[in-house]
Amino acid sequence: MTRRVVRLGSGAGYSGDRIEPAVELVERGEIDYLVFECLAERTIALAQQARRLDPESGFDPLLDSRMRAVLATALRRRIRIVTNMGAANPVAAARRIAEIARALGLGAVRIAAVCGDDVLEHVLAGNYRFEETGTRVRDLGDRVVSANAYLGAQPICEALRTGAAVVVTGRAADPALFLAPLVHEFGWSMDDWQALGQGTLVGHLLECAGQITGGYFADPGIKDVPDLARLGFPIGEVEPNGDLVITKVAGSGGRVSAATCKEQLLYEIHDPAKYFQPDVVADFSDVRVVEIGPDRVRVTGGNGTPATGMLKVSVGYVDSYVGEGQISYAGTGAVARARLALDIVRERLRLTGVRMSESRFDLVGVDALHGDRGPRAAVDPYEVRLRVTGRAESVHEAARIGNEVETLYTNGPAGGGGVSKHAREVVAVQSVLIPAAMVKASVRIVEAAS
Amino acid sequence: MKLRELAHSRAGDKGDTSNLSLIAYRERDYEHLRRHVTAAAVRAHLGDLVRGDVVRHELPNLAAFNFVISRALGGGVTRSLALDAHGKSFSSVLLELEIPGPDPAAPATP
Repeated sequence: MTRRVVRLGSGAGYSGDRIEPAVELVERGEIDYLVFECLAERTIALAQQARRLDPESGFDPLLDSRMRAVLATALRRRIRIVTNMGAANPVAAARRIAEIARALGLGAVRIAAVCGDDVLEHVLAGNYRFEETGTRVRDLGDRVVSANAYLGAQPICEALRTGAAVVVTGRAADPALFLAPLVHEFGWSMDDWQALGQGTLVGHLLECAGQITGGYFADPGIKDVPDLARLGFPIGEVEPNGDLVITKVAGSGGRVSAATCKEQLLYEIHDPAKYFQPDVVADFSDVRVVEIGPDRVRVTGGNGTPATGMLKVSVGYVDSYVGEGQISYAGTGAVARARLALDIVRERLRLTGVRMSESRFDLVGVDALHGDRGPRAAVDPYEVRLRVTGRAESVHEAARIGNEVETLYTNGPAGGGGVSKHAREVVAVQSVLIPAAMVKASVRIVEAAS
Repeated sequence: MKLRELAHSRAGDKGDTSNLSLIAYRERDYEHLRRHVTAAAVRAHLGDLVRGDVVRHELPNLAAFNFVISRALGGGVTRSLALDAHGKSFSSVLLELEIPGPDPAAPATP
């Protein structure tokens, strides 16, 4: 029995996203699935580092908060949850969700963990080269901390077929978290490229949550959006042929319009005719966007061609160490004093022999974002913040950069205040492509007994 | 006039590549934008803010364009020293581009 319309709710656009909009979706959105997309490129590498220190960690830090907020209502209303909050440890995340279900007295709950995205051993053993720089992964040696393949919809569908109320993955292609429920509900064939392309379009539009309902859109006077503090997250109403209407809970903040949908449609894609996914190469070049009612936009015309047979793998590695210091100046002459301060720090870093492979000397409020391309202001800004940052080979060396900003307090120009400084390890991410056949995804079931 | 009066934009990032959408408020301005906001014009406008090339994709159905810019993000989002490592604010740079007005008879407001 296939459904006529499936309603997908998008409960998070990134790891730290707001909690309440997802509660609103399960309570008032009349949705069938709630999807939380919480895994940025680098997050999984940091999670892998955490897991090495504690084998039961490595999943999303907000897993508890999100599950406690929505799980009871979702179960009562038979809304199934799909999320990549498993990060580097989907099985531990599933066990944690089971503990939460027990603690809340929710009865028997089945949770499915999708595993197999961790391909670190395979990538290190192989002769893979980074797509970005052409250098060999293996040459980074023990600086490599993670390698995770972007899984497609198939293993998530397998997890849904077990009847699990919650499906938790590690690295999966973001749109696949939404595509999988559609394939599962409508019985789409995994070589129906048009359906998979349109389903990918659905996922792509929904995956950043509030970014399609008026979030990250407002520009007062030109693009006004009401009530952003109570921004409603999106609902995708999908018909069996993939036709989509984007909407949101009535009365929530924000706005769904053709313009908000177009901005999200083109967000983080390159060639619109070739959006590479594990299951399909989606083609958005013939998509149509039509407003059909208040906060209701129909999006059709997604298409696709066969998948390439290669999967993208994000490789996380310790790249370098970055140090930074900031200090503010205000009042008449603020910019002149900040520029003097920059000169002083530049000379101090040289005199004291701080070894940096790269550095930046910015004035926030003047030239930090786009260099000095802005029109020269007739009047200097009233306040300005100096920012010095540089790349070093050790955290100790990196810390010396912020220290040279801090010493401006007693040694620099007049009136500097509000110093901040830090030094941190930089885990960077590059990608390799590996044959899809090398990745063996699997599903592990965790049961919470009643 | 500033491009901002005719179109809106959102920036996206993947690795060291930035993409900037450009969406006409009014569909009838699409051809005008196609003529004046070329890949070369955008490349010149961005100047030394980015290091790579600009490729323009056209989406006439949406009255929109997608500009894809290589070597744009200081070696990659995850290692860039920039204050705005993602280049999120690059959409605002694009909209500062000066172009001729479309048709003096037609008001430019959306």
